[in-house]
Amino acid sequence: MLILIYLLLLFMIVGSIIAIETRDLLSSVIAVGAIGLGLAIVFLLLGAPDLAIVQVVVEVLSLALMLRLVVMREDVTIAHRYRYGEVFATATALVFFGVFIVLASVAFKQMPRFGQPVLKVSQHYITNGFRESGAPNIVTAVLLDYRAYDTLGEATVIFTSIVGALAILRKKGRIRHERNEPDR
Amino acid sequence: MKGMSLIVKTITRLITGFIFVYGVSIVLYGHLTPGGGFAGGVILACGLILLVLAFGKETALNIVSEKAASAWDCVAALLFLFIALLGFTGGYFFRNFMNKGKPFHLISAGIPLWCNIAIGIKVGACLFLVFVVLAGFRMRDEG
Amino acid sequence: MGLYILCSIIFLLGVYAVTAKKNLVKIVIGLSILEYAANLLLILIGYRTNGEAPIITPASQETARFVDPIPQALIVTSIVIGLGVTAMVIALCIRLYEKYGTFDVLVIKRLRG
Repeated sequence: MLILIYLLLLFMIVGSIIAIETRDLLSSVIAVGAIGLGLAIVFLLLGAPDLAIVQVVVEVLSLALMLRLVVMREDVTIAHRYRYGEVFATATALVFFGVFIVLASVAFKQMPRFGQPVLKVSQHYITNGFRESGAPNIVTAVLLDYRAYDTLGEATVIFTSIVGALAILRKKGRIRHERNEPDR
Repeated sequence: MKGMSLIVKTITRLITGFIFVYGVSIVLYGHLTPGGGFAGGVILACGLILLVLAFGKETALNIVSEKAASAWDCVAALLFLFIALLGFTGGYFFRNFMNKGKPFHLISAGIPLWCNIAIGIKVGACLFLVFVVLAGFRMRDEG
Repeated sequence: MGLYILCSIIFLLGVYAVTAKKNLVKIVIGLSILEYAANLLLILIGYRTNGEAPIITPASQETARFVDPIPQALIVTSIVIGLGVTAMVIALCIRLYEKYGTFDVLVIKRLRG
């Protein structure tokens, strides 16, 4: 089963490269959708069915939003001209990636081995969760009984971000802008 | 924004009820099976978004208007906060003050059930509202 | 350990898309990829070999082989917050397109009063 997780991660890497490099915007948005579904399968294989459900539906919703941005446009792709600055930027990025991977592997050696987590706080939640809170789903018990304050914070963040999105697309600003000449 | 062809409209009429029932079931049984308020709320929003995509924006806004979605959103958020403040009756904020009930039944475990319902309604109304506002964005050369 | 390295490669691809691309839609895509990699790393840390999902069934009440439930609870929160941030960034992109008529960052960057 570990082989499956490796294959799915390789699929996600290939999908990310396709999503970033292809020129057609519709293809890259669809590639992002494929990456998200691969991630949901990885969550399922890692023993997190709660997360797999949330990941699939959130993926579908964000695909719908991104497709609304991309579809039915003519002038969205940008002509690609190679300049000296761009070659230098790509080389710098590759050097940075190399340094990051080397330092990250040093850091990963200090973490507990894959498959043997250190369960100091979770041990209390696993052994006493059902008895103390009465919910058989330990993830829900942690989310809404032991750590309900974080859930309140999360509801506030969602509310604020949606209010922000609605404030950006207000009618008043747009009508006043449409009356003037669009500046080019 | 126009709707889609007749096939899509017919299938949407048949399926939207099932999507809503599925979303409500995931919200209500969140403390027994995987799921919970967030997953069920996003599924409810997806059901409403299917109505917008298949029938066009005006028809869907006759069913659930923008003001109604905004009102549900705020009411559900305040309900969640109210449940949290009721914990003060026991001693501290967010205390699980309800009777635990029998395990593995629908009405058990105290607070998580009502909190899941509030969060499900809030997330569903919220995401539907943001999609309707973003979908109303017209291109420069669209009608 | 190899899984952690692959996860950080996905993270680096997301960083490359956000910093080095000229198209606004590619930057939004890079933001989504960054988020996937971050959530994946936290779930990989909490995995136990041959573990089971942390849900107690009426049939068996043994809890010895459960995976870590705390990262799962917090990543549920994180995924939904990521959706809110993506919605707001897409609203910004729409506004920028309405004002400047293009998605090119170099054209938008030239500040005109």
